[in-house]
Amino acid sequence: MPGEKVIYFDNAATSWPKPPGVAAAMTHFLEEVGANPGRSGHRLSVEAARIVYAAREAVAALFNAPDPLRVAFGHNVTEALNLALRGLLRPGDHVVTSSMEHNSVMRPLRALEREGVEVTVVGCSAEGFLDPAAVEAAIRPETTLIALNHASNVVGTLLPVAEVGAIARDRDLLLLVDAAQTAGAYPIDVRADGIDLLAFTGHKSLLGPMGTGGLVVGERVDAAHLEPLKRGGTGSRSEHEEQPDFLPDMCESGTANTVGLAGLEAGVNWVLKRGVETIRAHEVSLAGRLIAGLRQIPGLTVYGPLDAEQQTATVSFNAAGLAPSEVGLRLDEEHAIMCRVGLHCAPAAHRTIGTFPEGTVRFGLSAFSTADEVDVALEAVRQMAQEVR
Amino acid sequence: MSGEQAVILVYSTGHAVRAEKLLQEEGIPSKLVPVPRHLSSDCGVCVRISLADADSARRILDAASMEVQGIHAI
Repeated sequence: MPGEKVIYFDNAATSWPKPPGVAAAMTHFLEEVGANPGRSGHRLSVEAARIVYAAREAVAALFNAPDPLRVAFGHNVTEALNLALRGLLRPGDHVVTSSMEHNSVMRPLRALEREGVEVTVVGCSAEGFLDPAAVEAAIRPETTLIALNHASNVVGTLLPVAEVGAIARDRDLLLLVDAAQTAGAYPIDVRADGIDLLAFTGHKSLLGPMGTGGLVVGERVDAAHLEPLKRGGTGSRSEHEEQPDFLPDMCESGTANTVGLAGLEAGVNWVLKRGVETIRAHEVSLAGRLIAGLRQIPGLTVYGPLDAEQQTATVSFNAAGLAPSEVGLRLDEEHAIMCRVGLHCAPAAHRTIGTFPEGTVRFGLSAFSTADEVDVALEAVRQMAQEVR
Repeated sequence: MSGEQAVILVYSTGHAVRAEKLLQEEGIPSKLVPVPRHLSSDCGVCVRISLADADSARRILDAASMEVQGIHAI
């Protein structure tokens, strides 16, 4: 089967293919550099440190973050979200979140709830829309943080982060944004959008490898108040047995995934060169084509905003008489189309859009998807839906 | 880089790379080297410059709000 031409529409889970420079940068690191970044002073170690720093600079540039040294790398967005939530929330604190969150936010919050953190989940509409006024109404005197999905991983709906960011500033709260589905695919400006903590993953629209991600920590966040998830060697302050108290080292104990960060740097620089606006326009065009095509197929229910401008290029649907798992299996086996089916790790979002517990079929497009691929997939779905009617 | 030298001690390797870039952008030759043992037992790196550039280096890093632990003649 390897080598067979496939249509890869599972980019909301992880993007593929990657730009050619990604594998090249990773190979370069493994074959020519190889050393531990900054743990030693020799030239290869220094070169590895430069690669990690270049990745910080690329990420900071993409999100308009002022200081590359406030980009703390980790293994994925889940780790970054755990760092932000577990690192900042204390018993008695109140946090506001939405009903469109992924389990990477919900599960840490439910665990913190058992430790005395109060959680309010603001309901969203069946399309996944969030009313900023409802967020503001949920704020209490004990509220310290608003944690928000930038776009749903199930239906792609964009949440009003900039509006909520303004509310957070006004009420002197911190805003944490889960940018898993938007980083690299939709413009993000942490300063203009009022985002204090931006959690991102490297392996989706930033087009890097798995095992990369991180947290952009804004100036309004007091690093002294951020509790690291883990402690250990950092290559700094080695004479002390206490964890460093400065970013990014305090959050980056243990040897970094430097080969991964070399790939991430190449991926982010590809995005910067292509331009997020250009990528976004491409994805809006394809998502619009996909949504319009799906809506014309009898027996299909399409979820979400049904408006490419109000969502990412991730579209969920169900076919009457066909279980999502069956659709996914047949798309793979009969049409070589890769997608994701089921609950997408976001039970609250599925309850919100009315697809719990059966889930949906999800197509996730990318900067590399084409109109031809969309048309082939639409025809495959059309045939399948027709057979059961 | 010949003659008397100085090292800029910073908080982390990331800070050292940043300092090196800032200095090189301003035309000040610099090199990342292991922290001399007599200055710190830290296992990290620091930025070596010419002693004659020490004052301008401090100005450049200050202007970039780049906190340094110290600049030492070696």
